[in-house]
This record gives sequence, structure tokens and C-alpha cells, in this order.
Amino acid sequence: MKARIHITLKNGVLDPQGRAIASALHALGFNSVGDVRQGKYIEVDLAETDKGKAKAAVEQMCNRLLANTVIENYAIELVD
Amino acid sequence: MKSAIVVFPGSNREGDAKAALKQATGKDPIMVWHRDTALPKVDLVLVPGGFSYGDYLRCGAIAANSPVLREVKARAEGGMAVIGICNGFQIITEAGLLPGVLLRNANLKFVCRNVGLRVETSGSRFTAGYKKGQVLSIPVAHHDGNYFADPRTLDELEAEDRIAFRYCGPEGRLDSVYNPNGSIRHIAGILNKKRNVLGLMPHPENAIEPLHGSTDGKALFTSMVEAVS
Repeated sequence: MKARIHITLKNGVLDPQGRAIASALHALGFNSVGDVRQGKYIEVDLAETDKGKAKAAVEQMCNRLLANTVIENYAIELVD
Repeated sequence: MKSAIVVFPGSNREGDAKAALKQATGKDPIMVWHRDTALPKVDLVLVPGGFSYGDYLRCGAIAANSPVLREVKARAEGGMAVIGICNGFQIITEAGLLPGVLLRNANLKFVCRNVGLRVETSGSRFTAGYKKGQVLSIPVAHHDGNYFADPRTLDELEAEDRIAFRYCGPEGRLDSVYNPNGSIRHIAGILNKKRNVLGLMPHPENAIEPLHGSTDGKALFTSMVEAVS
């Protein structure tokens, strides 16, 4: 099983990298671009067949290491 | 006073921290490698600056979960003094010893220069050698020093007199022009509830000799020694 994890900044947390990306897109002429928020994508291979157990384990991974929940949200997707 | 410095792959200010602790205590601190699980019995642990584990994932996140840090955390909860400088501040914050988080500098630039630093409290073993309101000149050198916490945490820090230092102008005035990284409420350093843990972005260990251009960092190290003896 594989876990696909998206980590994004919470609303209200300043994202200077996102802002820099937005201004670079504007410089390229993409004038329709408004706000840009950037984040992380992590893939984890799991030796686990039970979806419930896998989800619980990945949630723990996110809370303990992969995300800093003071500033970040995470979303988990499990694929076979 | 017995002290130790925790060293990670990618730490780079451990030598400067060692010199500062030696100057203040007269003894070499014990250098502890990140894989060590046994921490010697000491009065103070210093977590130095640098780029531990290449700043992978988030600054300080990997180091915060290393075996030695678990031990540091347990001892800190038991009252031992811990100081985290720069990357060390990021590490002990990620480890949960201090609230909040250090984000990428608001202007996205690596800042390396002396900044004005206002002492916000002398009520700690780290800052007892300074006067409240005193303005220091201490260098910063970081890319991720933009302190952030939710308003409730910030109000709590202020109400409990746990903000140790703020970025300021030469006369102690707070203004965004004097804030090198966009840090919320101009915060440069904070204390934990028990006041035995300090994290700060500036480098007091690089302001201890006239040749450094400032000796304002010296009192921080001598205060810690006096608190123990």
C-alpha cells in the first residue's frame, strides 16, 4: 500500500514562498494569477494491507514528524 | 558549571558555542554526538546553530526526533537548563520544548548582520545579567527565523513575561524596519513556562570578543554560570 500525503500551510499563515511564486508568474505574463500557496507532497510505501491500520499509522507519522500542526494541515490518500 | 553541546550532522556553530562556554565556565563543554543516547550529567545543554540534517523536511524537524534530543527533552522537563541558538531554537521548538514555529524569513532572504536586540526580561537565568529594556548588538545569520505562533500563545507568552528578546532599533524602538525576518511581534527569543529553556535566533556566542565588534553576548553566558554556582 502507498500513502500519498499533501501538506499545506494553514489559512492565515504567511507563505512568502507562495508570494514569490505568484510574483514570478505575474512576471511571466500570467496575469490571471491571484494568490499562490505552496506545500509538500510525500509518498510513503507501507508494508500494510489493512486500510484502517495504515491510515492510523500515517496519521501518527504526520502528527509526529511529517507535518508541523502549528502551521500545517495534512491530507492522506491511500492507494493499493 | 558543567555543560554539553549537542552536535548534529550539519551543525556549524558548535565551535563558537564551545568557545563561549569555555570563556564563561573556564572548562570545555562536553560535545555530544546526535546518535548518543546517554547524555552526561550536566547543568546546561546547548543546541547550536547550523543546518542539522540539511534542514530536510522542516528546519530542526529531523534533529528534534533524534535519540539525544529525547533525552535532552526529558532532562529539561526535570529542570535542567537548555539553550537553543538559531537552528538550535528551531530544533527545540520542533521538539515541543517551546511553543510556536520558525518560518522562512518574510523577505525570503538569508540575513547575516548585527541586529538591535532589546532585553524584554531579566527574570531568567539566561538574562539576569542584563537590564530590562537594555539594547544589545548581536549578529543574526539565518534563513528561517520568522517566529510564528497563534495570538493566544503570543498573549500567554507576554502575560507570563516569557519573551526574552525582541528585535529593535538602536534606541530600543520596535518597528518593522528593524525586524530582520518578519517575526511576529518582533520576537527574537522566548522562554518556556519553567524559565529553564531559552530559544533565540541571534548568536550571542558570536558577540563575546572585542574582535567580534560586540561583546554584548557575554553576559548571557556569565548569567547562566552564576545561576548555577
